[in-house]
Amino acid sequence: MALLTGDRKAGRPSSRPAPGGTRRWWTTRRRDHLAGYLFIAPQLAGSVLFVLVPLGLVVWYSLHEWNVLADTFEFTGADNYRAMVDDPNLPGVLRATALFSVGLVALNLSLALFLAVLLNQRLRGTAFFRVLFFSPVVVSLVAWTIVWGFLLQDNGGINGLLDTIGVDGPNWLRGDLTAMLSVIVVQVVKNVGLNMVLFLAALQGVPGELYEAARVEGASRWTQFRRITVPLISPTILLTSIITVVGSLQVFAQIAVLTQGGPGSSTTVLVYYLYQQAFQFHHFGYGATISVLLFLIVLALTVVQWQMRKRWVFHEQ
Amino acid sequence: MSSRLSPRAKVLLYGTLCVLAIPFVFPTWWMVTSSVKPVSEIFAFPPSLIPTSVSFAGYREAFATQPFARQYLNSAYIALVVTFGTLAVSSLAGYAFARIRFRGQNALFLVVLLGLLIPSEVTIVPLFRMFNAAGMVDTHWPLILVPILGAPSVLATFIMRQFFIALPVELEEAARLDGLGRFATFWRIALPLSRPALGAVSIFTFLHSWNLYLEPIVFLSTPEKFTLPQALTQFVDAYGGPMWNIQLSAASLTAIPVLVVFVIAQRQFIEGLAHTGLKG
Repeated sequence: MALLTGDRKAGRPSSRPAPGGTRRWWTTRRRDHLAGYLFIAPQLAGSVLFVLVPLGLVVWYSLHEWNVLADTFEFTGADNYRAMVDDPNLPGVLRATALFSVGLVALNLSLALFLAVLLNQRLRGTAFFRVLFFSPVVVSLVAWTIVWGFLLQDNGGINGLLDTIGVDGPNWLRGDLTAMLSVIVVQVVKNVGLNMVLFLAALQGVPGELYEAARVEGASRWTQFRRITVPLISPTILLTSIITVVGSLQVFAQIAVLTQGGPGSSTTVLVYYLYQQAFQFHHFGYGATISVLLFLIVLALTVVQWQMRKRWVFHEQ
Repeated sequence: MSSRLSPRAKVLLYGTLCVLAIPFVFPTWWMVTSSVKPVSEIFAFPPSLIPTSVSFAGYREAFATQPFARQYLNSAYIALVVTFGTLAVSSLAGYAFARIRFRGQNALFLVVLLGLLIPSEVTIVPLFRMFNAAGMVDTHWPLILVPILGAPSVLATFIMRQFFIALPVELEEAARLDGLGRFATFWRIALPLSRPALGAVSIFTFLHSWNLYLEPIVFLSTPEKFTLPQALTQFVDAYGGPMWNIQLSAASLTAIPVLVVFVIAQRQFIEGLAHTGLKG
C-alpha cells in the first residue's frame, strides 16, 4: 500500500487550483507526465527487473557451461546450441510438445465452441450446465490432476465406468499414445470452461436478425453457423487461440504429477524437459538454452497467428 | 441460433449436455466422496458413487503427516497478497496507459506488453539465480514479487487499460475541472466505476497464485513453507507410493472452499470474466 500513498502525494499538487493565470514551469502537462510515470512506475520496474533482465540473462547463460553441482561457469559460446542440435532427446521432446499443443488447442477450441453453441440455445437450465462446465476452472490444478491420476489407473474409475458398459479400458498412463491422450483430455476438461464462456459472450453479441434473414433465405443451420456465426465471432476465436496456444506450451504441473514425462519420454514436453535439465540434472546453461528455444517458439507462433488474422478475422475491435 | 426448439431437439440437447457433463463433474464428485471412504473402497470396481461408510481418518491424517494447516495458510496469504498487490499495480498502470498522456507512453506500453509473450517458465532459471543472490530462495518472496510485478500482472494491466479506455471520460473531465488531481480522479471516480474489471482481475489472479506449481517446487524446500499444490504431491509413504485417502482428503480441502465461493458467486465469476477486458 506504500505504492498508493506514494502516488497520492504526486496527485496532490494538482488538486489545488492553479493560482490565477500566471504561466509557470510547473504546467498541467508536466504534472501529467510526472503522474503518468509514477502510475506506471511499479509495473515498469517489475517488467524490467522480472521480465527484461531475466530474458537477457537467459540468453547470456545459454552461452555458458554452468553446472551448479560442479560449481563451473565458463563461457563456451555456441556450444550449448550445438549440443542442442545433437541432443538425441530433443526430437522426441519437440514431437511430444507439438503433439500435445496441437491436440490440446484443437480439442479445447472445438469443444469450447460446441459447448457455447449448445448453451446459447433457448433452453431452460443452461445456466446450471454453464456452472458445471466451468467448475473445473476453479478446482486447484494439482488437486484436479491428482484425482485424474487415480481415475486413470488400470483399476481406477475410468476403466470402472467403461467396464459397466462392457468396454475393457487400457492402462491409460502406461501406453505412449494413451498417456498423451490422457494428459490432453485432463487439461482440456480443466480449462475449456474459460474459452466456452468467452465464446458464449461473443455468440450473444451476434444480432438475431442475421439468423432470421438467413432462415428466410433458406440457409441450413450448418450454413448459418459457418457463414454468420464463425465470421462474426472470429475476433474471439483469434484471442482464445492465441491464449490457448501460448498456454499449451506452458503446461507443467499436469505432466509432473500425472506422468513425470513418461512412459519413456513420450509426454516430456519442452517445459518439463527444461525443468529436468536445469533443476534435476543441474545443467543450468543447457536449461537456459532450452528456455531460449521455448521463447522463440512462443514468439513465432504468436506472430504467425497475429499475421494470419488479416486473412480470416472478420473485423477488428 | 435461438429459434424455438422442437421437443425432440430439446431431449437430444439435454442428453448431449448430460453426457458431456460427466468428465467435468465426476472427478470432483469422486474426489470428495472417496476422501471419506475407507481405503479398501477407493479402488472398488466398478467405482462406488456413494460411500457405504463415512470415515474422516484421511482428513485427520492429512494434518498429522504434514504441517498442512501451515501450508494452507501459506497458500491463502500468498494468494491474497498477490491479488491485492496486482490490483494496485495493474489498475494504476492500466489507468495511466489509458488516460494520461505522457512522453514515451506507447514505447513503454510495448515494453510492458512484452511480458505477455514471455511465459514465466522461460525466465525461471535466471529468476532462481537472482533470488538466490538476494538470499530469497526458500522464502515466499519470489512467489509474491514476481506475480505482482512481473509477467503475470501484465495481463491484468492490459485488461484494466482496455476497461478504462471503454469507460466514458466525461465524469473524470468534470472532476478534473473541479480541481481534482490525477490520483484523486483515479481513486475517487475511475476506480469505483471499474469494479467489474477489478473483480475479473481478482478472480484470475487469485486462481493463478493458488494453482502455482513450478515456482514453489523450484524455490521452496522447507515443508513448513510449502504451498498447497506442492504439499498435495508430498503425501507419499516411505516407499514413494501415494497415501490414497490422505491425498484425496487434502485435495478436497484445497478444492472445496474455492468451489463453494464459485457456486455462490457464479454469475459474477463467469460474466465478469466474459465481459471485461478480455473482450476489448
